[in-house]
Amino acid sequence: MNTAQPPAIHPPGRHFRTDGFDAGSFFFTGLTGLATFLILAILAIILGNVVWEGWGSFSWRFLTGGTERDMFSVENAGVLPMILGTAARVILMTIFVIPIGVITAIYLTEYARSGSLWTRFIRGAVNNLAGVPSIVFGLFGLGFFIAFAGQNLDRMFHAGAEPHWGKPAILWASLTLAVMTLPVVIVATEESLKAIPSGLREASLALGATKLETIFKIVLPQALPGIMTGGILAVSRAAGEVAPILFTGAAYYMASLPKSLTDQFMDLGYHVFILSTQSPDIERTRPLLYATVLALLLLTFTLNIVAIFVRARMRRKMRAAH
Amino acid sequence: MNEKQTDAARSWESLRKGHQSRPLEWLVERGIFLVSLSAIVMIFLIFAFVGREAWPVVAGKMNSSSVQTVIPVAEMDKHSPAELRAYLGLTKAKFDSMDLETRKLMMEIKVEADKEKPVDKDAPVNTTSWHYLFRPHAWTGYEKPSYIWQPVSLIHKYNLVPLIIGSLKATLVALLFSVPLALAAAIYVSQLAPAWAKEWLKPAIELLAGIPSVVLGFFALIVMATVLQKVFGYESRLNAFVAGIALGLAIIPVVFSIAEDALTSVPRSYTQAALALGSSRWQAAWKIVLPAAIPGVFAAVVLGFGRAIGETMIVLMASGNASIVSGSFFDSTRTMTATIAAELAETVTGGHHYRILFLIGALLFIVTFAANFAGDMVMHRLKRKLEGKA
Repeated sequence: MNTAQPPAIHPPGRHFRTDGFDAGSFFFTGLTGLATFLILAILAIILGNVVWEGWGSFSWRFLTGGTERDMFSVENAGVLPMILGTAARVILMTIFVIPIGVITAIYLTEYARSGSLWTRFIRGAVNNLAGVPSIVFGLFGLGFFIAFAGQNLDRMFHAGAEPHWGKPAILWASLTLAVMTLPVVIVATEESLKAIPSGLREASLALGATKLETIFKIVLPQALPGIMTGGILAVSRAAGEVAPILFTGAAYYMASLPKSLTDQFMDLGYHVFILSTQSPDIERTRPLLYATVLALLLLTFTLNIVAIFVRARMRRKMRAAH
Repeated sequence: MNEKQTDAARSWESLRKGHQSRPLEWLVERGIFLVSLSAIVMIFLIFAFVGREAWPVVAGKMNSSSVQTVIPVAEMDKHSPAELRAYLGLTKAKFDSMDLETRKLMMEIKVEADKEKPVDKDAPVNTTSWHYLFRPHAWTGYEKPSYIWQPVSLIHKYNLVPLIIGSLKATLVALLFSVPLALAAAIYVSQLAPAWAKEWLKPAIELLAGIPSVVLGFFALIVMATVLQKVFGYESRLNAFVAGIALGLAIIPVVFSIAEDALTSVPRSYTQAALALGSSRWQAAWKIVLPAAIPGVFAAVVLGFGRAIGETMIVLMASGNASIVSGSFFDSTRTMTATIAAELAETVTGGHHYRILFLIGALLFIVTFAANFAGDMVMHRLKRKLEGKA
């Protein structure tokens, strides 16, 4: 390095010194850039492999068929019951998780004093909830919703008979997933609430509105895109989760679609697991397996990309507002 | 809170004017507060109800020995109904519905069964006691004391050590694979990449988090296992190495996001000062920004560890699931999470196997809780420090 010359100006985006070749910079930038590229390449390989192998058997019949005749061959089996089951459990989940998550976020941003003990406790709990292993959520669903809540409901309303509530069901699976995705909704809603300029709140107060009116009529409508992002992210996370529903509601095979909240259901993610591990002849199942994975990926990725776009638009609007 | 928090903002948070004249609004605001406690309640409930199912094992109230001291039918009257009920293993309702003759018959069956009891020196052992959960034992047929997980057999062997080692092995591979990659990518994206690339690199890498773990497990099982076996030429197709690499893919976005966040929160003035003194961009990134953000890197690793050890579907599908204690990463392994997922459906509710699996779940919960707690603390401190100096 030639230190005698005056230091070169480094405009953003220029990594190399202009006063000659800098081997260290070249090496370091190259190495970190390579790592970034490698991660993206792995992502591309996984997606490419699934699309390449799955596209051929991704037919209308596959999307609208069931597994009555044969579970493991692409000629006979379809995924409609699994898609409907997954959709049902995810929609049910949003009904539980969105109100609770949004209200918690409202408390955290609009009411809580940022240093207070309650706030720190709540934030700590939210962060920890996000890190609890998904299989532990499954155990929790079994231990709390089924063994405790369900069996007590049975004791009260279905004495002596076959268990009605105290068994795996779509309701319990949805509730378990709602607990799991609660942090996702809280964090996304909080972010969007914080992005709303405080001038709006003050203007509303100045016009004579109360705090609660301000929150529900001024702040929340503005935060709607953020709440939607949270909901979409929660749905996309939950749609692909298998471990929490293993013991709380997913069924290996069901002759009919779930008709009530206490029925079990077939699930797309669980079906991927079944097809890849239980098939008697993996080579014959392979096309079906790839098509099923493609269906699952299409579902979660579409949701993810929509969420990214909504969020990006929101951020741009926010920057313009500030 | 951001630096914009003025007195005005603070007074908004503590604004309590509206509800003095409006009891309904006061009620609603109380309700908002109560609902906001849901996350705390949930953490508490998870701990309480996973712990509740595991408690009898912890308290030493379970007995998994395969033989019982037999009560001769003649001595039936000497025992209280409660004792008899426990001895016969019946529910209260069922016991009460039986007449004396039926009970006698049950007792005789017990005596008959005792004559065919397994001839094994370990048969009377209660395998759910702490010693057998964590210490090696010379079971019949084994020459040396060994750690065995074999819940479905004549003698239920519940040693948790093979599962813990299995989990740690897969997690270690995952961390060794993902941390260098994710960290380098975080440095590149936050410090070195041109602005236009930053814009889409971050969401693109985080897209990896959008792949469900069951899909990563499928990919590891169907594609990666075969490819890696061809490249490295090891014997067992599914093993800790394959599972660890797939697990690494799952935690790359986690480690990347947190490390990137930490690096970005280092004030720009640090970089600007370094550049003004004549360093190049990479020197500023490597010698100034990275050391300042090093607690964040630590937090990223700890949180990545928590995520990896709790991941289920990937290890269930790609690790081979044989509970072998060995030092080799190329042996088939069985992890704690995969054991719960694979075995819980076949257990008797309330039985010792069922409760042991909940005990494993409780252990996992405690470990990940500690990891999350430590990671969050470090991250919180780091951000406060950097903001204070800015």
